[in-house]
Amino acid sequence: MKIYQTLVAAFSVAAVLSFAAGSAVAEPKDPDLTDPRVKRYIVGEKYSGYVVNEPETRDIQDDDFQNPAFLWVEQAQSLWSKADGKAGKSCESCHGNPEVSMKGSSASYPKIHKKKKTLLTVEHQINICREEYMKTKPWKWESDQMLGMSALVRMQSRDMPVNVNVGGEAKPYFEKGREFYFQRRGQLDLACTHCHVDNHGNKVRSEKLSQGMPTGFPTYRMKWQKLGSLHRRFRGCNKNIRAQPYKQGTPEYTALELYLMWRANGLPVESPSVRK
Amino acid sequence: MAKKPRIKTPATAKQGEVFQVKTIVSHKMETGRRKDKKTGTNIPRNILNRMEVTYNDRSVFAAHMEPGISANPYVSFYIKATESGEIVFKWTEDSGAVITETRKITVK
Repeated sequence: MKIYQTLVAAFSVAAVLSFAAGSAVAEPKDPDLTDPRVKRYIVGEKYSGYVVNEPETRDIQDDDFQNPAFLWVEQAQSLWSKADGKAGKSCESCHGNPEVSMKGSSASYPKIHKKKKTLLTVEHQINICREEYMKTKPWKWESDQMLGMSALVRMQSRDMPVNVNVGGEAKPYFEKGREFYFQRRGQLDLACTHCHVDNHGNKVRSEKLSQGMPTGFPTYRMKWQKLGSLHRRFRGCNKNIRAQPYKQGTPEYTALELYLMWRANGLPVESPSVRK
Repeated sequence: MAKKPRIKTPATAKQGEVFQVKTIVSHKMETGRRKDKKTGTNIPRNILNRMEVTYNDRSVFAAHMEPGISANPYVSFYIKATESGEIVFKWTEDSGAVITETRKITVK
């Protein structure tokens, strides 16, 4: 009995100690939001992943030459005016100069396609153009051409605020996306919200959690050593919590993209961004 | 369709001016240490091991690169403008393949 009591006492002391130690080394919850450098990417309580980035990573994103994503963008610029498929058309035949025709367009994506009545991302729209108007094969979601083209299109909305519509016909998709966001999943039984709403600014292992704002995609991620799509990032997140990921471009991820974009409403588009 | 290297040099420079050259080249820089998930064998090393820059056939910059260099290597350096002519950039891959790009410069 005496041994038992000593043990209990020892444990409670240890518990108190570890709690005290835990609170003493706890890092501040939020990243440094007063840094003048990150001011552009903070709107109200929202901030983009740029804010939790290391300064060195920000340097790469800020210089359009150093940003390796522009290798893909330059490739897409030459693809823009290259005719492909049976119709003998290029992007340029319909849209002209991307800097004019695509300006601001992607800030409202994903959105409802007028004829198809479904929710579509920029990537879906590019492939619709390819299949229906150019009469050629669609690009694979994670191919260099697709990533470059979607970066080129999104880049034309750079620094413009995200403005997606979640009412009307988009409403059911939005609800589906929200449900996904709050749904616990995987072996770790976590929902998106547990990391990106409750714990942003805190660390998960060695990495600072962001709010999960999708404004910078497609993004050049150092870990990937290449440009990657938002849906690839979703797959990574899902795998990290040991859940079965969906495929890129599935309705689940498209609905989730809409929900995330709605969360980011007001933040500037920063594609193509650079992340760790 | 391959991605072209991106190179930034001024089109014109003053005599004796020191200018910055920025280069970034698209390459996987396969280290040789990664395993093919299906077969379990190492993916053979394939990196750009050498970068050479000549200014009117005179060597002005050279770099010996090792597998620690990341994919899509970015290299920046300075050159002194002496005469009008061509700056030739050359990257050599392990396989022997060569990527070459040329930029013209006018010195006043």
